[in-house]
Amino acid sequence: MESRPPVGAPTPAEVCVLDGAVGGRADALDTRVIRRGPDRRHLLLPALHALQDGIGWISPEALAELCARLEVPRAEAFGVATFYALLRTEEGPRTVVHACDDIACRVHPEYRELSGGAGHSGSEPVGVHPSPCLGQCDRAPALFVQRSGTGAARWTATGSVDDALAAEGAAAVAPRVVAAGPAWLTGRIGVADPTSLEEYRAHGGYQALRAALAMGPEAVLREVADSGLRGRGGAAFPTGVKWRAVAGSARRERYVVCNADESEPGTFKDRVLLEGDPFALVESMTIAGVTVGASRGYVYIRGEYPTAEERIIAAVDEARRRGFLGSDVAGSGLGFDIEVRRGAGAYICGEETALFNSLEGYRGEPRSKPPFPTEVGLFGRPTVVNNVETLHNVPVILSVGAGAFRAVGTAESPGTKLFSVAGDVARAGVYEVPFDTRLDELLELAGAPASPGATLLGGAAGVFVPPGATDVPLTFEGVRAAGLTLGSGAVTVFGATSDLGDIVERITAFFRDESCGQCVPCRVGTVRQNETIVRLRSGSRLPGDAGLIEDLATVMSDASICGLGHTAASAVGSALRLGLLDGVAGNGAGGTRS
Amino acid sequence: MSAPVPVGIPRRKVTVRIDGTEQTAPEGSTILDVCRGAGVDVPTICWAPTITPVNACRVCVVELEGSRTLVPACSRQVTEGMDIRTGGERVRASRRMVLELLASSVDLSRAEADILRWLEEYGTDPERHGPDRARVREPVRRHDELYVRDYDRCVLCYKCVDACGTEAQYTFAIAVAGRGFDARISTEFDVDLPESACVYCGNCIGVCPTGALIFTREFDLRASGRFDPEGQTVTTTVCPYCGVGCNLELHTQDDEIFRVTSPEDHEVTSGHLCIKGRFGFEYAGGRARERRAEADPASVRDATTPA
Repeated sequence: MESRPPVGAPTPAEVCVLDGAVGGRADALDTRVIRRGPDRRHLLLPALHALQDGIGWISPEALAELCARLEVPRAEAFGVATFYALLRTEEGPRTVVHACDDIACRVHPEYRELSGGAGHSGSEPVGVHPSPCLGQCDRAPALFVQRSGTGAARWTATGSVDDALAAEGAAAVAPRVVAAGPAWLTGRIGVADPTSLEEYRAHGGYQALRAALAMGPEAVLREVADSGLRGRGGAAFPTGVKWRAVAGSARRERYVVCNADESEPGTFKDRVLLEGDPFALVESMTIAGVTVGASRGYVYIRGEYPTAEERIIAAVDEARRRGFLGSDVAGSGLGFDIEVRRGAGAYICGEETALFNSLEGYRGEPRSKPPFPTEVGLFGRPTVVNNVETLHNVPVILSVGAGAFRAVGTAESPGTKLFSVAGDVARAGVYEVPFDTRLDELLELAGAPASPGATLLGGAAGVFVPPGATDVPLTFEGVRAAGLTLGSGAVTVFGATSDLGDIVERITAFFRDESCGQCVPCRVGTVRQNETIVRLRSGSRLPGDAGLIEDLATVMSDASICGLGHTAASAVGSALRLGLLDGVAGNGAGGTRS
Repeated sequence: MSAPVPVGIPRRKVTVRIDGTEQTAPEGSTILDVCRGAGVDVPTICWAPTITPVNACRVCVVELEGSRTLVPACSRQVTEGMDIRTGGERVRASRRMVLELLASSVDLSRAEADILRWLEEYGTDPERHGPDRARVREPVRRHDELYVRDYDRCVLCYKCVDACGTEAQYTFAIAVAGRGFDARISTEFDVDLPESACVYCGNCIGVCPTGALIFTREFDLRASGRFDPEGQTVTTTVCPYCGVGCNLELHTQDDEIFRVTSPEDHEVTSGHLCIKGRFGFEYAGGRARERRAEADPASVRDATTPA
C-alpha cells in the first residue's frame, strides 16, 4: 500500500457524508499494514457521488479520507474522480446547469448555443456547461441541473437556463410513446402507475417470472434462444448465447448487469422504459438471475437520468419488500437481489467492459476482449450484461412464447424494436414497431418533413441516410445490406434547411470529448478528425485533408480498443460520401491553402 | 553461469501461421512472443518485458484471420490454428497512423532508438496534421534534484503507472487522471512529488520509453547541450547498499553518473531498483566534483539543495 503523506482534515460535513456513504475506517489504528478484508473499492464511485451531491466538490482532504477508508490509493481515486463530467475536483457554484448542445437539440428552433461559464439565479452564482446528449431529445432543448449541498437535487428541464432553474420539482412531461403493432415493450407505459407494484401485476407483471420458475432454467434458456432475441444496445448479439455461456460456466459466482447507461446521441428509449415501466426491468433481471444462476444484479444507470433512477430504485425496494427479490425470490428458494449504481457522465461507460471498470471503482476504460464478459466480467466473474430494451423483451418472450415472438418481424430480426425519433419531426417520441417496418414508414409516423436534409440512423456512431434512400427495412439484415446500422435505434431527422456541416462537426467534437484516452488511435484520432472537419468548414483545409480523413477513419476503426473508436468515423464518413458537406465553405476548389 | 531450469507445469504447444509460415509456441504465449521468436519485427511502445501488457498504444497490431479489426500482438494469446499477417498494407497503415498521431501530439525527440527508427520506417508525416493542431502542453515538473517529469513527451503508455503500482513498486503514487486527449499522468490533485506517495525508486524512469521521465542530471546535461553519447560509458556493478545483490548500470559522462539503470533480464531486479540503488550514487562522484569545482565553482550544486 502507498505511504500516506499527511493532508489536512476533512470538514465535519465531509466526514458526515463519508460516514453515510462508506462507514468509518476499517482500522483506524494502523494504516500501514495491508489488510486482506473484503475489497470495498466498488464503493468509490458511489462515495464520490455522495461528496459531489453533499458538498459540491471533492476536496483533497475528503478524497484522502475516503481513500483511507476504502484502502484505495489517492492518485487512483483522483484519476477516477477526474474521469467523469458530473464530478468536480475544484470548488465551484453549488448549482450547475448542463445544457445539451448535441445533434437533436441543435436543430430545435428554441436551441441557443451557450458558450458555457457562469450565470446567476437571484444572487446565487450558477455554473453553466454545454453537455453531450442528455437523452431527452423528445423534449428539446434539454437541460439537466445538479444542485449540491443542503437541498441537493437533480432534475431535468426543457428550454432556457432560467426555465431549467425554475423547473425544480416540476413533474416531467409524459413522453410520446407510439406502438404500430404489438405494444409488447411499451404497453404499460402511461397506462399502469410506474410506482405501483399492484398495477404492474394487474397488467400482466410477474407472470413471466412465475412461468420461468415453473419451467426451470434449461427451458428458459431454450425459449430465449429459440426466440432469436438479439441485443438492442447496438451490437445485436444473440441474447440466448450470452445467457447459456454464463449458465454453463464452471464458476459459481456470477452477475447480471443491466446496461442503462444510455448515452448514444439521439437515443432515449431506455429512459422511457425505465421511467414508465421500471418493474418490468426488475422482473427481467430476476428472470435472468434465476436462469443463469446469478444471485446479484446491478443496474448501471446514467447520472443524467434522475427520474428513471428514482423509479428503478423504488421498484427494486418495493419488489424486495414484497418478496420478489431477496433470499427467496417469489417463494422459489432461489436468491437474487439488485443494486442500482449511478454513472457520472461518461459515454464510454456504456461500453460493457468500461461499465464493469466503472462499477468496480476504476476509471471507465474498456478492457481488452477476449476474454468476453461471459467468462471474465464484473469483478472478474462470468457476467450477463444486457441493454434495458433487450431485458424488457424477456418477459414478453416467456409470456407469448418464442413462436409468437418470432411471428413478428423477420427470421433474422424477430420481435419489435424501439426507435427514438427526434430532431425535425412533428411527433418526437419512442416508437415501437415490428422489425420489418421501413424507415420511411417510421418517418411518416413521426411526422418528418416530406423531404428532409438527411436522417441519422444509430446516433453519433451511426450513418447518415439521404432523403431518397429511406425505403429500407429496419431489420439488422436490411440495414446491413444497405450499408447502414440500427445501432441503438436512434433516428434523428434533420430538415432541409439544417446545417449538416454543423451537425457533423458536433459529432466529431462529441467523440473527441468522450474518448477515454486509453488508446492512441482514438485519443489522438478523434482530436485530429475534429480539427480536420473544422478546417473543412472554415475554408482553411489543407491539401492532404481528404486523405487524412480516410487515414484517421482507418486507424480508428481498425486499431482502437473498443467500439467507441471503431465507430467514431462512421457518421462523418457517410456524410462525406453522401456529399452532405459539399455546400460548406472551403470544401471546393478555391478553399485550399498551402 | 548456467541457465535456470524451468520447473513449471509443462505447457501444451500450439501451432499458428505467421505470414504464411507455421510456428509452434507454448500455450499462453502472445502473438508478439511468437513473432519475435520467429525474427519478425513488431513495433511496440507500451509493451515491456517485465510488465503485463496493457495494449494501449496499438502500434503492435496485426491482422488475424476471422477478426473484424486488427488485434494487438502484445496481449493477444495464440490459439491453435491462428492465421496472422504482420506485414500487409492494412497493418502498415494503422501502425503508421499510430506513430504519426503520437509524433503529431508529443515531442518524441528523446524517444527510444527503436521508436525513432519506426517513425522513419513507416513513413510518418506528423506535419500534415497542420500547424495549429492540438499538442500536449505541460510545464516541466522539476521538484527536486533526482528526476524531472516532462509530460510534453508523454505517450500515456501506462508503464510508469504500472511500475509504480502492481507491476513493481506497489507505491501507487501516480495514475492517469482526466480523460481523452486531456488525460495525464498525475499524482492526486497534481501535488508535487515530495507531497505525494512517491518513494523515489525511479522505476518509472526505468520504463519510460520517451524521455518524459528523466534523471535531473541527464536533463541538465541535455538542456545545456553538453549531452554527448560518444563520450559516455556504462559500467555494470553491484549495488553496495544491502545484501540483495542488484546489478547496477552506471551511465557516466566526464566521470559523473547521470543515470542508473538495472538490466531488464536481471534475475533479482527485472530492471527495477530502490531509491538507494537508483539515486544513492552521490558519494561516487567525489573526485569529478572536486575537479569540476576547481574549474568552475558555480557548476557544482549540492544534491540536497533545491534548484
